[in-house]
Amino acid sequence: MRNLLNFLLNFHFVILFLILEFFSFFLLIQYNDYQRASYLNSSSNLSGRVYKSLSNITQYLRLNKKNQELVIAVAKYRNISEDAYKNNQVSLVKVLDSVYIQQYEFIPATVINNSVNKQNNYLTLDVGTKHGIDKGMAVISPMGIIGIVKESSEHYSSVISLLNQNLRVSGMIKRNGYFGSINWDGVDYQRVILFDLPSHVEVRKGDTVITSGYSAMFPKGELVGLVDGVEKSERGDFLKVQVKLSVNFKNLAHVMVVKNLLKEEQLMLEREASHD
Amino acid sequence: MIKLVPRNIFRFIFLVLLQVWVLNNIQFSGYVNPYMYLLFIMLLPFETPGWLVLVLSFVLGITIDMYTDTLGMHASASLFVGFLRPFLLQSIAPRDGYEIGTFPRIHYYGFTWFLKYTLILVFSHHLFLFTVEAYSFTSYYLVLWRTILSTVFTVVLIMLSQYLIFRK
Repeated sequence: MRNLLNFLLNFHFVILFLILEFFSFFLLIQYNDYQRASYLNSSSNLSGRVYKSLSNITQYLRLNKKNQELVIAVAKYRNISEDAYKNNQVSLVKVLDSVYIQQYEFIPATVINNSVNKQNNYLTLDVGTKHGIDKGMAVISPMGIIGIVKESSEHYSSVISLLNQNLRVSGMIKRNGYFGSINWDGVDYQRVILFDLPSHVEVRKGDTVITSGYSAMFPKGELVGLVDGVEKSERGDFLKVQVKLSVNFKNLAHVMVVKNLLKEEQLMLEREASHD
Repeated sequence: MIKLVPRNIFRFIFLVLLQVWVLNNIQFSGYVNPYMYLLFIMLLPFETPGWLVLVLSFVLGITIDMYTDTLGMHASASLFVGFLRPFLLQSIAPRDGYEIGTFPRIHYYGFTWFLKYTLILVFSHHLFLFTVEAYSFTSYYLVLWRTILSTVFTVVLIMLSQYLIFRK
């Protein structure tokens, strides 16, 4: 007995180490088997409270999933909101079937490839023709417009980013309704240029720039950004407005594809009119 | 002597928070992740009894684990460091041993001594940790590569911290 005690005393350091180490491995293996069975994890009360009271990091990392859920929710909401419907009421005569017909459909999507550092940037989305995506549809996010679908395969779509010099979008100063065309100059991923505004228009720094809805791609009133600076063009008859984008293209993740259900009708009409 | 306990408690909290809030989010090229919380075990006074070092290492590890949802992983690795520490201190002791009233720091035993101390402990810890994390020996080159890169990073951080934060 005394020998045993002596042994324990002499080797208490090694023994304690082995016990604790075995315990650690026991925890490790058990925890791997039953992910959430243990109470000593980040959802426990103690660390949970620490996380909550001080801005926590794991939740921040989970924001990704949360955002996705949120975009789906927003898309769902926008599908039934009034914005997505066009007033179908013709003058004072009430149409029997319905007052509103749906004009826009919003399809949530995730950006799986993106660049901002080239002169002509493209994005790839994880939705395709299977989900109802087609060429020419607009891509927006809750923070602002993103681009136009260029091609789509069954499961993926390639999108011309707003940060692409080949893309022109019709934009408008929200405060006074003057419109011009938005184009990227390939310099700064946070800025685009709004061209072709008549030089008499008063544009102030901080004015909101939105889509005009004239091009039948973007719904009217989607956010583009805020006016950051104004210059006159070389000949002095038009303004060149610097627009600071409200979307950060560098951390783009969740977006919506906008399907304009009445686009064909509008385009056909415009084509006919221009033929005459 | 009385001041030592609160100072160590403070250091414990500071290093845990630094680890889970800042350092765990640093991942250069997916390989390098510094684990600076080790510094707590390293800076414990020489006179700390062995069993206490072990218990503290275990508590430190399990605290980090609770934040990273890897129960047992950091605990086992940091326990291993707690276990190595007395042997290492013995084998790299200066000729006349450690003086009473001094601490395992650059300030008392010089740059070379501290670097040796840090390098060995950090490397053992990282090797142990990444091995346990990989859970197998199949991708051992990757484990070794990660260990080396992270060790360099952690050691640099610890050495710098000795001049910047934990000066006295």
